[in-house]
Amino acid sequence: MGISQIIFYLLASFTIFTALFVVFSKNPIYSVLWLILCFFSVAGHFVMLNAQFLAVVHIIVYSGAIMVLFLFTVMLLNLNKETEPHKPLLLKFAAVISGGVLFLIILAAMKTTIPSNYIAPKASEIGYVKQIGMKLYREYTLPFEVASILFLSAMIGSVVLAKKERA
Amino acid sequence: MENSIQSIPQNWYLILSSFMFCIGIMGVLFRRNAIIILMCIELMLNAVNLLLVSFSSYAGNAEGQVFVFFIMVVAAAEVAVGLALLVSIYRNIASTDINILSKMKW
Amino acid sequence: MTETIIQSSNLFLPTILIPLLPLIGFIINGLFGKKLGHASGWIATLVMFASLACSMFLFFNLPSGTTETVTLSNWFYFNDIFIPFAFLIDPLTITMLLVVTGIGSLIHLYSIGYMHHDEGFARFFTYLNLFVFFMLLLVMGNNYLIMFIGWEGVGLCSYLLIGFWFKNQAYNDAAKKAFIMNRIGDLGFLLGMFMMLYHFKSLNYDKVAIGAMSLGVNHITVVGITLFLFIGAMGKSAQLPLYTWLPDAMAGPTPVSALIHAATMVTAGIYMIARSNIIYSLAPHTLDVILIIGTATSLFAAIIGLLQNDIKKVLAYSTVSQLGLMFAALGMGAFESGMFHVVTHAFFKALLFLGAGSVIHALGGEQDMRRMGGLGKYIKITFLTFLIGTIAISGIPPFAGFFSKDEILASAFEHNKVIWGLLSFSSMLTAFYMFRLLYLTFSNSFRGTEEVKHHIHESPTVMTLPLIILAACSTVVGFIGLPPVLSHSHNFKNYLSSVFAQSKTILPAGHQMSHSMEWILIATAVGLAIVSIAFAYFKYVKQKQTPLEDEQLKGISKVISNKFYVDEIYNAVFVKPIMLLSDLFLVIIDKLVIDLLVHGVAFVTAQFGRGLRLLQTGHVGFYMFAMVISMIILLALQIFNIFNFLHI
Repeated sequence: MGISQIIFYLLASFTIFTALFVVFSKNPIYSVLWLILCFFSVAGHFVMLNAQFLAVVHIIVYSGAIMVLFLFTVMLLNLNKETEPHKPLLLKFAAVISGGVLFLIILAAMKTTIPSNYIAPKASEIGYVKQIGMKLYREYTLPFEVASILFLSAMIGSVVLAKKERA
Repeated sequence: MENSIQSIPQNWYLILSSFMFCIGIMGVLFRRNAIIILMCIELMLNAVNLLLVSFSSYAGNAEGQVFVFFIMVVAAAEVAVGLALLVSIYRNIASTDINILSKMKW
Repeated sequence: MTETIIQSSNLFLPTILIPLLPLIGFIINGLFGKKLGHASGWIATLVMFASLACSMFLFFNLPSGTTETVTLSNWFYFNDIFIPFAFLIDPLTITMLLVVTGIGSLIHLYSIGYMHHDEGFARFFTYLNLFVFFMLLLVMGNNYLIMFIGWEGVGLCSYLLIGFWFKNQAYNDAAKKAFIMNRIGDLGFLLGMFMMLYHFKSLNYDKVAIGAMSLGVNHITVVGITLFLFIGAMGKSAQLPLYTWLPDAMAGPTPVSALIHAATMVTAGIYMIARSNIIYSLAPHTLDVILIIGTATSLFAAIIGLLQNDIKKVLAYSTVSQLGLMFAALGMGAFESGMFHVVTHAFFKALLFLGAGSVIHALGGEQDMRRMGGLGKYIKITFLTFLIGTIAISGIPPFAGFFSKDEILASAFEHNKVIWGLLSFSSMLTAFYMFRLLYLTFSNSFRGTEEVKHHIHESPTVMTLPLIILAACSTVVGFIGLPPVLSHSHNFKNYLSSVFAQSKTILPAGHQMSHSMEWILIATAVGLAIVSIAFAYFKYVKQKQTPLEDEQLKGISKVISNKFYVDEIYNAVFVKPIMLLSDLFLVIIDKLVIDLLVHGVAFVTAQFGRGLRLLQTGHVGFYMFAMVISMIILLALQIFNIFNFLHI
């Protein structure tokens, strides 16, 4: 077993455990914190896949921006262990069962489609900033610009929605 | 250091990301707090991102990563609007419990 | 198979301008008529005169005996069928063009005066322009499809104009009747076209003629095509048994009756048969049918005309009768004589209708001849022009009707003595009822109320001018076709000779009649006309008889006055059973079957909706569960190849 495989196992188990903790923590604050850890591990996977640029962007956008927003909201709304609503036990059980069944089904679906042990022939260089930049600013210029409009509208939308309504 | 994508089979990433996805789904079904549900959706999106990046790297095609980029854009916008919605909902009913939000029916 | 579009000809521009100008007039009046007010009438008239000028240009510039085809586009291909959008310019077309645009212009001019006080002034001219456009398309097309477009278009305009005063339900009914009767004929026309397409793969006049000639005389296909086309002509040109719409069509304004229901549209059937003269010559059986129906119509309508009291109805029956005469001429293979009568008839019948319109105008809408009389003193111009028209239609030389009628009677004499007798009798009746109309309207003293009498006035110049021009034409137009005894060259016949040359070689040639025989025929015809005029004079001027009121009629005259109860018979035989059948369908098929189906589907859907909407709990958690479980099920179905039977 090579070193990268060992790293993969460690990283993967970390990802899965943190993800599970996100779901099962009683306190929303903890959930947010676990999710941040989970995103860090995903960024680690990105590095493993030679997508360094994306890994950095991932940390900045998710851990830096989105999760801060979550944390901020949770704190603003003052959600904690006591106020946290819970579903009945039966429904929780059903949720776990259906999640598991879905996983099995997806696995079964993949079994029929993908050859199981595909390994890349050579090291990939496409994750570098240069490559991504070429793609993004040459072929995907228009979607890139449209994305900025999407951002603008999201920004305006959230300001309008979160603004205090006047009675 | 040997290159990881030359020693790790792609299947592993597929299984990992589908497992992450299922955890996300399970979380959506498991919890009643709308904020946690939004977070689980982020989890699912990340699973998909991971899948796309793995395909992109293994196939040597940068388009997958470009799409991940756009998914991040959409996720960020979605979170901003979603949280703003939640804040205004909380202001009205002082809760983020989805079971209370059942006004939209026949 | 592409045919190049020829635009180099110097006839191209005037040719396309002829139909285009009325179309432009139609568009202008249709869009801006309300704003233009009375200017719309002058615009409509102007485009008509411009169109007439173009027709004149064609008349003078087309080398005699030649044919010009102006192709606008290669309209469509379908397998081996090719139909161009092309105009055919030959002497026959030009004859019709001159008649349509010439008389059309005068009637437009007249209408400015006649319709002056009508609120639908602009609408009237819009329809009139549209009608002329379609009529020109009908006569100019080089294939049956373009003719059919015009054919349907004039039918539509006829419908619109008969029901012009749509607030009166009786007028609307008349319009619908005209339209439906025409539809019956159009179906025949359409079937004829389908047969042509099936057998000859073309609708072009020349190609159809060539195809028919390769089949030979009296071939079943050619007889079928010609009979179907003749059914179309029966509808459009008001022949037995489809004639009943024309008298009712008098509901429209009088200029419409003059233009559409006397001078132009109703002669479309004759034009069509003359245009198809070659295939008709190849089907003598059809010609016999046409001859019989034409003669019967001529006689039948003349008899009904004897006892009508509505001034326009008399003229309508006289039109039907004259159309019958033209068809009889076609049936004898005397195509030029038929066309000649079309031309002369167009002039004097338009004149008579416009004169009648002037009378109606003078009396403020009165149409019943029993309430007229003595008008000759009050409206002199109308009287004199009407007199000329009456003499012309009665067949007194040297007025126009005499020459054309005499020619047809001469052909009939050669062809069959019985037909000749019947047609002569019908002409005699025509002379009688026309002079009856004249005497009842203009002689003796006025029989209407004092109020109306006080109001009588001559029409304005825009109305009398067309009357005078038409009267002049009715006097002289006959000289374009002098009979052989008076002149060696029959100008009209010579002009059209190239069109009918081929059918002359197919039909058995009639032997040349001796001059003495011809003199005898002319003398007989004129003598009969004079006798009947004298009889009418004796009866209505000397004895001052007036027609009886409807209730006092009995016996045969009651039957004739009620038009042989044809309308009532049609009602009982066709309309009533169809109404009954449709009631039956309404109750059984519509109410029971279709309503049950439609309402049943709606009911089931509503019930399902009522049940299924309960699933809409409003609980987001439930929705998410439903979504995930459906996802699982779909994926599972995919994996276990459940969808294989769909072959996706």
